[in-house]
Amino acid sequence: MLGQFDFNVIERSIGYLFREGMTFTLTLTVLAISGGIVFGTLLAMMRLSAFKPLSAFAGAYVNLMRSVPLVLVIFWFYFLVPYIGAWIVRSPQPVQVGAFYSSVVTFTLFEAAYYCEIMRAGIQSVSRGQAAAAYALGFNYWQTMAKIVLPQAFRNMLPILLTQSIILFQDTSLVYVLSITDFLGAASKVAQRDGRLVEMYTFAALVYFIICFVGSHLVKRLQRRIAIVR
Amino acid sequence: MNYHWNWHIYWEASPDGPTYIHTLLVGLGWTLATALAAWVLALLLGSLLGVMRTTPSKWAVRIGNAYVELFRNIPLLVQMFLWFFVLPEVVPRALGAAIKQMPPPWGSYVPAVLCLGFFTAARVAEQVRAGIQALPRGQNMAGTALGLTLPQTYRFVLLPMAYRIILPPLTSEFMNIIKNSSVALTIGLVELTAAARSMQEFSFQVFEAFTAATLIYLLVNVVVVLGMRVVESRVSVPGFIGRVKIEVAGH
Repeated sequence: MLGQFDFNVIERSIGYLFREGMTFTLTLTVLAISGGIVFGTLLAMMRLSAFKPLSAFAGAYVNLMRSVPLVLVIFWFYFLVPYIGAWIVRSPQPVQVGAFYSSVVTFTLFEAAYYCEIMRAGIQSVSRGQAAAAYALGFNYWQTMAKIVLPQAFRNMLPILLTQSIILFQDTSLVYVLSITDFLGAASKVAQRDGRLVEMYTFAALVYFIICFVGSHLVKRLQRRIAIVR
Repeated sequence: MNYHWNWHIYWEASPDGPTYIHTLLVGLGWTLATALAAWVLALLLGSLLGVMRTTPSKWAVRIGNAYVELFRNIPLLVQMFLWFFVLPEVVPRALGAAIKQMPPPWGSYVPAVLCLGFFTAARVAEQVRAGIQALPRGQNMAGTALGLTLPQTYRFVLLPMAYRIILPPLTSEFMNIIKNSSVALTIGLVELTAAARSMQEFSFQVFEAFTAATLIYLLVNVVVVLGMRVVESRVSVPGFIGRVKIEVAGH
């Protein structure tokens, strides 16, 4: 049964897979995580604000992003970002944005909705007394958030933020629908060129499994170490 | 914006059906068919695994944990490719040939249902385990005291209450499976997102196509949430306010 499989193809293409594919996947993941957490935190603060239009907008945005599939959002932004770029730079024609930048925008804005829910739970987990004490000391809203509430919120939510980041890493494989050469795309290209689908897809699954398995175990150990006994 | 809007496009003739709205609705049909079949599979398999992970047998727990770890750490798209491309090659030759000879919609539909079912079963197993572990330990002991065997305790005491506790997380898993069915477009299943894409490619009306798909997904979500609310109110046990806070990330 395993006789007709040529696992040598993995050895021959491993340089390409990791140099081109994995670097793309990791770049996209890191950019989306940082952008997503920044936007997500802002969205969470908007959602918790007393200013009704702001909280309504943030709520609608988060609910919209959580109701539609990521594949659809990828297609949306692939076509929409050139028009937005044209509007920003006042060009009559849609701006040429490559698939890479449109997917960075997609993943940042999509994951911001999920990070928003996590940060909202985090901000609400910091006791009200902290914010009250900060205001009593004369801090304004931004100082309270930056110096008192958000650091504690981040620490509380760090394991869940990291778990969401591992899920983001897995979801970057969906840029396959734009024919981008991420790790899965690279494996797929080699598989289709050499006719070795079984070997390459199994190898890709194995690599993703090892990375995510190790990642989630590190997160579990971190969770045990920073658990605050209340 | 240099884009020509045409909201009448939905009622114009399309190359692969009477009108574009018809193509989109057929796509919606495939989305729902995939999601419902996969959901049934996920519920059955996931409940079995969740129960296995809470039994006193160490091996059952290990098998359950291994399954969940395996299916949660491989991306859904990679799993879809494994089911579609790799499975027919590693099973015995006759079965592999039979799988490859399945006619077009079923050739993509069956692997998509199996993939989504097994993927979601891992998540359902997590929810079921959390639901059972949220019950007080006295329930188990009371079952033993009444002379019930372990399967009977699960069937008559633990599972009825556990399912009521985890109805909200199960609702969001159901919505996730509807969204994840869009990944099946990569193996050739023409569900809603693929239908919107084909409408975009034939008519060049990009934003009309994707707006329709987005609105349809939102509508399906609203229907699911309202339906689950009805189910929740009908099966709720008066006085039992079981809310399990399952801190799971992601979608």
